[in-house]
Amino acid sequence: MDDFLLRALAAGIGVAAVTGPLGSFVIWRRMAYFGDTLAHSALLGVSLGLFLGINLTIGVFICCIVVATLLVGLQNRVQLSSDAILGILSHGTLGLGLVAVSFLDDIRVDLMALLFGDILAVNATDLLLIYAPGAFIILLMVVMWRALVSATVHEDLARAEGVPVEKINILLTLCIALTVATAMKIVGILLVAALLIIPASTARAFSQTPEQMAVCASVIGGISVTGGLTLSLNFDTPPGPSIVTCTLLLFAISAATRSLRS
Amino acid sequence: MDKLNTDFVIGPLIKLNDIEVRVGQKTLVTGISLSVDNGEVVSIIGPNGAGKTTLIKTLLGLIQPTNGEVTRRNGVKIGYMPQYLPIDRNMPLTARRFLDLAGRLGAAARSRVLEETGIPDIGDSSIHEISRGEWQRLLLARALLKEPDLLVLDEPVQAVDVSGQAELYRLIDDVKNRYECGVVMVSHDLHLVMSTTDRVVCINTHLCCEGHPAAVSQDPRYVALFGTGISETLALYRHAHDHEHHINGSINNQNAS
Repeated sequence: MDDFLLRALAAGIGVAAVTGPLGSFVIWRRMAYFGDTLAHSALLGVSLGLFLGINLTIGVFICCIVVATLLVGLQNRVQLSSDAILGILSHGTLGLGLVAVSFLDDIRVDLMALLFGDILAVNATDLLLIYAPGAFIILLMVVMWRALVSATVHEDLARAEGVPVEKINILLTLCIALTVATAMKIVGILLVAALLIIPASTARAFSQTPEQMAVCASVIGGISVTGGLTLSLNFDTPPGPSIVTCTLLLFAISAATRSLRS
Repeated sequence: MDKLNTDFVIGPLIKLNDIEVRVGQKTLVTGISLSVDNGEVVSIIGPNGAGKTTLIKTLLGLIQPTNGEVTRRNGVKIGYMPQYLPIDRNMPLTARRFLDLAGRLGAAARSRVLEETGIPDIGDSSIHEISRGEWQRLLLARALLKEPDLLVLDEPVQAVDVSGQAELYRLIDDVKNRYECGVVMVSHDLHLVMSTTDRVVCINTHLCCEGHPAAVSQDPRYVALFGTGISETLALYRHAHDHEHHINGSINNQNAS
């Protein structure tokens, strides 16, 4: 196997390992739209980065943090459901981002690269950028697992039992923002958002406990990455979308098996 | 106060003094004082929007009162059973894992509370597949895990059928006797609540009236709030309960073993 393919595989599996448990929380908390919102705001982050002449990943991360903080702040202050707030932030930042990009006359932003990334061009530094924050996030989640799940299942009950629910909510949001920001440049917005939502949704059918669902989602993500890259290699299809197609295929199979059984 | 002193402290488990909670321009509760002693069952009743849940959350420390203060006896352990809230179906959770979320308390504690609440066999069941009565019992079981001194129950029999309601109230009474704890519960199903309670606190944003169930049901302010029809049914129900109590012989606090 070629080196570039091995690196692509390692990068994809690394992202899938983190998005499994994180995506489970996204599903449980009905925040499926959150990935899209961060993705849209990432464009604003890119133009911000170009404007200020800073590293684009840092620009995107800052932007994701701002949007995530706004989300948590608005959830506590505004009488609107989370999906409405996410919609406002999502379309608002996309509009702002496109306006900001138009000011950059001499620089052309490759929207396709932003959307789909280029997983086959991953180098050693990129791998480090995926695995270092990824390992940190997984470690954090393992340590905080009970509090994370408790706050997700029942906020008031968790609070009464001494879980710092507000801090937990912020922590989780920051973890998602960090994952989107670091993985986006490498594998693209579409792939990160899809790996957050689709494998976790597929895993629900096979799980009796939250831990099972989180691990199962990572495994399904990993299988999708492997399958997608194989597809891409054999049929010369774009790798990112091929991986997303694989997650969809696995979801369809699990849904069909379930409805046949019942 | 240091830890050694807690055993010698006498007085109410928890005391609310002249509590007021405002959110923006809206006053949710005002001028409410309340205390709960060991082995006492205090029921908070009132119409929808009367501030019952606000009061409970203030008592638990989940809401900071705008005015007034909450004093807990040092070291008092509180078990909380929240109002019914459906858990997202996307969350795969067995009854056992639901109890685990309260903290690492071990299998023995888990079996104990499941046994005590009359649901010993549902440990491996998904919380999405158990009945409403079983779910209420599971919530109560979680509140009992840390062997509380004070149980705080927010509408413990909500949307459980009538015979199930009576059973649940009986269970709460058993639990109170076993743990020798105080109980505060919120309810608006007045019929049954009166029969298992030592003291009724009737609120409607402010404190409406308070006292022994029989006295409260005759109180003109109570009648004004709920109407005479209800207080007559209550009297009838109390009679029915006294009869049942006579047969069981184990309801009353002093008689408990």
